Amino acid sequence: MATQLEFEKKPRLWLSIVDSLIMIKRSSTHIVRNTDQLLGTFFQPIMFLVLFAAVFGGAVALSLPPGVDYLEFLMAGIIIQTVAFGSTTTAIAITNDMQRGIVDRFRSLPMSNLAVLNGHVVSDVFRNAISTVVMILTGLLLGFRSSASFIDWLLIAGLLLLFTLAFSWLAAIVGVLAKSVEGVQWLTFVLIFPLTFASGAFVPAGSLVEWLRPFAENNPITHFVEAVRSLMVGTPMDEHGLMSVIWAVATLVIAMPIAAWLFKRKTSQ
Amino acid sequence: MPQSKFAIEAKNLRKSYGKHEVLRGISLKVERGTMLALLGPNGAGKTTTVRILSTLLGFDGGTVSVEGYDVKKQADEVRSVIGLTGQSAAVDEMLTGRENLVMMGRLYHLTAVSAKARAQELLEEFDLVEAANRPAKTYSGGMRRRLDLAVSLIATPPIIFLDEPTTGLDPRSRIAMWEIINKLKQDGATILLTTQYLEEADQLADKIIVIDGGKVIAEGTAKELKGKVGHDRLELTFGSAAAYKKAVDVLGKSVQETNKDDKSVTIILKDTNADVRKVLDILQKNKLRFDSMAVHKPTLDDVFLSITGKTKKGKN
Repeated sequence: MATQLEFEKKPRLWLSIVDSLIMIKRSSTHIVRNTDQLLGTFFQPIMFLVLFAAVFGGAVALSLPPGVDYLEFLMAGIIIQTVAFGSTTTAIAITNDMQRGIVDRFRSLPMSNLAVLNGHVVSDVFRNAISTVVMILTGLLLGFRSSASFIDWLLIAGLLLLFTLAFSWLAAIVGVLAKSVEGVQWLTFVLIFPLTFASGAFVPAGSLVEWLRPFAENNPITHFVEAVRSLMVGTPMDEHGLMSVIWAVATLVIAMPIAAWLFKRKTSQ
Repeated sequence: MPQSKFAIEAKNLRKSYGKHEVLRGISLKVERGTMLALLGPNGAGKTTTVRILSTLLGFDGGTVSVEGYDVKKQADEVRSVIGLTGQSAAVDEMLTGRENLVMMGRLYHLTAVSAKARAQELLEEFDLVEAANRPAKTYSGGMRRRLDLAVSLIATPPIIFLDEPTTGLDPRSRIAMWEIINKLKQDGATILLTTQYLEEADQLADKIIVIDGGKVIAEGTAKELKGKVGHDRLELTFGSAAAYKKAVDVLGKSVQETNKDDKSVTIILKDTNADVRKVLDILQKNKLRFDSMAVHKPTLDDVFLSITGKTKKGKN
């Protein structure tokens, strides 16, 4: 062989971090090159924001806290909803990998197994960050004004990061288990649709039909929406911030090892 | 450090899925720097064996060592000395050929400089320079296989597993692949190849193991196996009934089969080169002209027919 090859001489932990960074780069490249999906990342949130504000704005206004207009109320809900639905993309990307020979290829390399999942989950954070920024800019154009300070924005970013990671790791489990991309779409739709709609995302949770109210008020989506909303437009925080963090951390603690374990099990059969 | 002269050693390998026994005690040894072909029909257990040897799959019984490392206990060590090319070309379709190579090189923990240099070298070697900066999804089947093989060679692993590297390729791409594989052997790699094609095993491998139903049913060099399997056959077809009749006469007892309707004769070739020449000499002396001539290699069907006394089921 002509080239003398040099191998990295770093501790194993360091190398497994490098593996994850390489896989994050891979998944991010996928996102950038998949133009259809990228268009969705830009336009779907704009469409949702404009439609919801225009369609429900008038009707919901009556049940809103005094002095809050619907666009201000809606912003946090739409952002959380978009992130929740966006996790489908993570699941699909993982299912795609599992269906093709490429997971075998990765597993035949002396790399960290978890890096494949890490790559998809973390690149999802980037995609969600783009969506969120697009939505906030669109909101500003439509007349949305926030009372948040710089610190509040940092907290919002932190909460959204936690939320994205938690949902993406749940999506990773779905992605590993699903037998087809259609299966993923179906499953995430059935799970995420009720979760986002039976919450305080689009209307105050207290205005829902009575039997749904206990669910909506304890729905993790409601906690996240209310926490972000409070930081954005100054609605009461109550217990929502704390509950959000608890939910996110608990989900991560449970979902990450399960996803990793399932991934290992499914790929070694 | 390698202790034994065998780079790959598997003893009494067993694997079941529920009640279904896929491998029923497969043993094989591959000497360092040689190529072993695992020959068998679909479902014989070829891919399962390769997946076990390359750490992808657990197993229920037996032992496997690769370069002296135990595949169960030292999977990472094994992975750093092997390259695997599977049946479905396992490249990232959204990435370019070059990006695929560099990424996999980095995952083998090559330095960035080394990965890039080696990627360029492989692109040149595998005739992929022009396509280097195009996404792999735009590649033809043959290009994709070449890229897939190149990817598995990025860290120049001393041991290479090729799982049906030419299945589904057109004849030209297949021959190009054979050339590449032969070159790998010349460069000193230890190679384990699986194939359904006797001809492929014959062309490439030093030793062949025939498996069926999860068991080794024959092993030896191509020559040894062919002795068991049967010889090449020469089929001659004539233009007229008269010529056909005369040919049957002059060729005498070397004719094994005759077909009056097709006006064709079949001759068993003990030594393909010499015997064909002899037959042609006889025809020329008698001023006989044939319409068409074909040499048929023993097929996998023949292997199974002669070794197991049954034909293989799924014919390809």
